Amino acid sequence: MRLWGETSQETMPKAEEYQKKEHQLHPEIITQNQEISPGVFLISYQQKQDFIPGQVVKITLDPEIPPRIYSICSGNHEQEVRILFNIKEDGYLTPKLAASIPGDKIWVSQPYGSFLGTDKPAWWIATGTGIAPFYSMFQSGQFENKTLVHGARHLNQFYFEDDLDWSLGKNYIRCCSQEQSCDVFPGRVTDYLQTQNDLPKDQQYYLCGKALMVVEVRDLLIEKGVPYENIIAEIYF
Amino acid sequence: MVKEALFGKTLDELQELVLNMGLPKFTAKQLADWLYKKEVSSIEEMTNLSKKARQLLTDNYSFGLTNATKIQESVDGTKKYLFPTNQGKFIETAMIPDRDRKTVCVSSQVGCKMGCLFCMTGKQGFQGQLSAGEIVNQIRNIPEWQEVTNIVYMGMGEPFDNLDEVLKSTQILTSEWGFAMSPRRITVSSIGIVPGLVRFLNESEAHLAISLHTPFHDERQKLMPVEIAYPLEEVLNEIREWDFGRQRRVSFEYIVFHGLNDTPAHVREMARILDGIKCRINLIRFHPIPNTPLKGTDEATLVEFKEGLEKKGITTTIRASRGQDIYAACGLLSTKALVK
Repeated sequence: MRLWGETSQETMPKAEEYQKKEHQLHPEIITQNQEISPGVFLISYQQKQDFIPGQVVKITLDPEIPPRIYSICSGNHEQEVRILFNIKEDGYLTPKLAASIPGDKIWVSQPYGSFLGTDKPAWWIATGTGIAPFYSMFQSGQFENKTLVHGARHLNQFYFEDDLDWSLGKNYIRCCSQEQSCDVFPGRVTDYLQTQNDLPKDQQYYLCGKALMVVEVRDLLIEKGVPYENIIAEIYF
Repeated sequence: MVKEALFGKTLDELQELVLNMGLPKFTAKQLADWLYKKEVSSIEEMTNLSKKARQLLTDNYSFGLTNATKIQESVDGTKKYLFPTNQGKFIETAMIPDRDRKTVCVSSQVGCKMGCLFCMTGKQGFQGQLSAGEIVNQIRNIPEWQEVTNIVYMGMGEPFDNLDEVLKSTQILTSEWGFAMSPRRITVSSIGIVPGLVRFLNESEAHLAISLHTPFHDERQKLMPVEIAYPLEEVLNEIREWDFGRQRRVSFEYIVFHGLNDTPAHVREMARILDGIKCRINLIRFHPIPNTPLKGTDEATLVEFKEGLEKKGITTTIRASRGQDIYAACGLLSTKALVK
């Protein structure tokens, strides 16, 4: 592609310089890569930096290629940082990440971000791999007074359901839109929330997933009287 | 089988295409002239190409223009065009006349992934990327195309989330072999996806507009979820690294909401965070959308806010609301009703 305006380009930093300067990517070695559901992987690397549950890291396989952002999916007192992702067929990074094996190198940033868990009562609402930041909060011990609503198309997409069910009990609601099971709400997350007439107005609502789910759930909560200030959303894009 | 479109290809791509067909290399330049400079819409009308070349091209390619299927006109002269996309979706484009200017507001995606609380497009989610051809078609295939003075990428979608095609479209618009427009007549507006921002600043000379809307992190992340992934502070730090002089401008878009971001504290914080950046702020009246908890500020507060920013030395304008009666105004574009 032609570069426009070579004069002004001279004063401008190149993209590669930006990558090195701003993202402060550092190499890590993959310690595990596990396919936990068809097309969904959990990779691990050693935890060397503190993080707050809910934070994200930037990841790439080559420091010259812009990284992608992923939520940390592990507790903050664990030995390893784990990242949950699904393969995007037209994606550059995820097919390669999925094929990586222990010992391979990845480049990661320091944890950052403000989608942060607290000890206060809250609702966690996610679809698909949007469960990742909530599982990090859960594994970090922040699950008291929390209600988790997780939506998926298929029953095998309720990642970590044994742990979550054991600890959250009736406050763990699975919504499945394509399959049915006796302890799973039949329908989408929005269908479930639509049936709730007594949603607390004074709690925080954390939403994580694809754009359409987030905007539909946010609209629904606002319609049900939840102040928008109490809704914080992280969208996967 | 649907034939591949010629419209939307760069000169390099056209050269590769004609050479692969055994045609002379100069045919590419002739093709670019027909595609981007002349009032024709079929390969058959490319009369300086040999009959053999036209036949070969017709057998393998379409010209690639797509007509609007619906046109609405506002009382203020603004027009809104509905274009179908190659994937069977729909996008909207606004043409805004203003004295001697005609500005076209183009879409870069079908829907949007960003989910801003105040935007109608976000409510339909994301349905797909537009190709460079589909972006440029929104300019070339409106009746006013020869009179267009300015282009703003402020329609449906986030341009930096479709940057390859957006950059290709600006290349077609600004190259001598293309529309030969000055990049200074083009503004690309983003909410601030930082890797895209860096690449855009490196590879384009078009003006930049950033949707800011509040200088406070906590407030912004509730209005704009992108704030969590790419905080405004990171966006501004990047912009500070670049030389925005007389030629290239950066502006900040600021929808003014009643009681939320229209206070003196916001004026002070805006002045603080924009210190050192030569820029302009465009204040925008909020156009209410269904189900929104937000309200637009009143005119007196809007003017007071503008004056407050100007006292701090920041050039500030209030953008006129245009096309509100046909839902063509800022933040109102949507094809949700047509999503299958």
